[in-house]
Amino acid sequence: MGGNFAIQTRDLTRRFGELVAVDHLSFEVESGEIFGVLGHNGAGKTTTVRMLNGVLGASEGSARVLGLDPAADGVSLRRQTGVLTETPSIEERLTARDNLSLYAALYDVPPGQVAGRVEELLTTFDLVDRADEKAGGFSKGMKQRLALARALVHHPQVLFLDEPTAGLDPVLARAVHDLIIQHSQREGHTVFLCTHNLVEAQRLCHRVAVLGRGRLLALGSLQELGRQWVTTLKTTLEVEPERSAEAVKWLSARGVEVADHTVPGRLTIQGVGRDDTPALVRSLADQGIPIFAVIPQEPTLEDVYFALQGEMEVAA
Amino acid sequence: MNRRAILSIIRKDLKVVAQSKAVVLPLILVPAILFVVLPALAAFIPSLAKLPGSNMPRLDVLLSGAPPGLAAALSGYNETQKYAVWMLVYLMAPMFLILPVMVASVIAADSFAGEKERKTLEALLYTPTSDVDLFVAKTLSAWVPAWLVTGLGFVVYSLVADLTAWNLVGKLILPNLTWTVMVIWVAPAAAGLGLGTMVLVSSRVRTFQEAYQLGGIVVLPIVLLVVGQATGVMYFDVGLVALVGLVLWAIDVALLWLGVRLFRRDELIAQL
Repeated sequence: MGGNFAIQTRDLTRRFGELVAVDHLSFEVESGEIFGVLGHNGAGKTTTVRMLNGVLGASEGSARVLGLDPAADGVSLRRQTGVLTETPSIEERLTARDNLSLYAALYDVPPGQVAGRVEELLTTFDLVDRADEKAGGFSKGMKQRLALARALVHHPQVLFLDEPTAGLDPVLARAVHDLIIQHSQREGHTVFLCTHNLVEAQRLCHRVAVLGRGRLLALGSLQELGRQWVTTLKTTLEVEPERSAEAVKWLSARGVEVADHTVPGRLTIQGVGRDDTPALVRSLADQGIPIFAVIPQEPTLEDVYFALQGEMEVAA
Repeated sequence: MNRRAILSIIRKDLKVVAQSKAVVLPLILVPAILFVVLPALAAFIPSLAKLPGSNMPRLDVLLSGAPPGLAAALSGYNETQKYAVWMLVYLMAPMFLILPVMVASVIAADSFAGEKERKTLEALLYTPTSDVDLFVAKTLSAWVPAWLVTGLGFVVYSLVADLTAWNLVGKLILPNLTWTVMVIWVAPAAAGLGLGTMVLVSSRVRTFQEAYQLGGIVVLPIVLLVVGQATGVMYFDVGLVALVGLVLWAIDVALLWLGVRLFRRDELIAQL
């Protein structure tokens, strides 16, 4: 394994007794990439994060993170990674400032820089006003922000995020998204994002891996996944408004699903194969119905995810 | 060893412990009752003896089977003085060992099992702190306060015992060599016993209360020493105290050896 990859795994496997939590996982994450990992609960996302940080050993296979073997060089590796766990894991009997200062020390931030870094994070995450209050009294969203601030306290090269916007309101969720993008783009750091939030993954991730029962079901950019997994296209046709009803009738007679024709002259068809769409449009035009525009809608991550449902059920 | 990380974790653990009533309350009440109230009660021995119909047994009858050393140590005192010295210097000696065991157990239960219960362990395991550093930090955060509290408890107890005994005996009875050896040699080993037991127990339970209740069994050997001393079966002289310390240290080594093997990141995270 080598190249300019922040993370590489080859046949990474973890068993707990009979249960195979992660099953021969092989993938690469480039430096500076925002890499999304999707999957149901129990798909193996958290176990993978644990193995990649050298917190849990692999039963089989290997991994390199920042060129280091997590199993052998866990301590050195964890100096360069930050993890936001699924539960915020905040020390509730300590203040927000104490929580951050503690982890700054544990992540070896130079003592002279701790106070400044803590202040900077409190400001970034809008926690300054409550900095000296015990975190136990914080709302779920504040705890999540504090946990995220803690994961960033040492400017990690690779940031592992498990549901980073869970419990946050849309404004804060947007702020967190911006931070993640900044972490990747401006600082060139890598983000490994585990999420159930498909919109979040679509907005942030360069590439996405979909896991099912520990197995890698799909991997690629949204475009690649769409091509591979969503074989039918959703297309909007703009036709002469007066001929709209005629067009709907003609399409329906050929078994084409017209998902939306509420706006006269604007029809959305779905379920037609990508390769069959040009011929269908040509036939419709041959009926003498003027077609002003054909707008194919690229599949969303949601389309891909649901197209993969069958695979996930097979994996289960 | 990463000294900064170890000190940070110790500081954190103690700060967290200090804010838990379930931890702080027994740490204040038990020593106050055992080492302030009980010795102060010894001041009432003469009054009790003089009460009409008092049936306080003669101490030499009570301790008829005791080792000769104890009888020798109590010779030269009258009956009331004997009672006071026996209670304050000899009976309380093994009881005093409850203090380091209890302090270490309570803090260790909060530090090891409590951390799991509060779900704060996972974030700690993702830090670049090695397993050994984490283990050392967590054991020291229980062991050092246990020893400090014991030392402070000894000073307070000596003051109360001397104040109580002064009117009865007319001289200072503590500190003596036996107690000094006990505080310096045996008490830290007793703290290690409480701590080591709690490390093992905590690896199998999920909450502070479970750990505290299961780990409470560790005071049993100390209770046996108290009963042995109270019934005169044994006599806490320097030799016996040194031997008790040696046995406890040996048990500590075994417990900590097992503890290090159980305190592994992958084992801990798999339990979360």
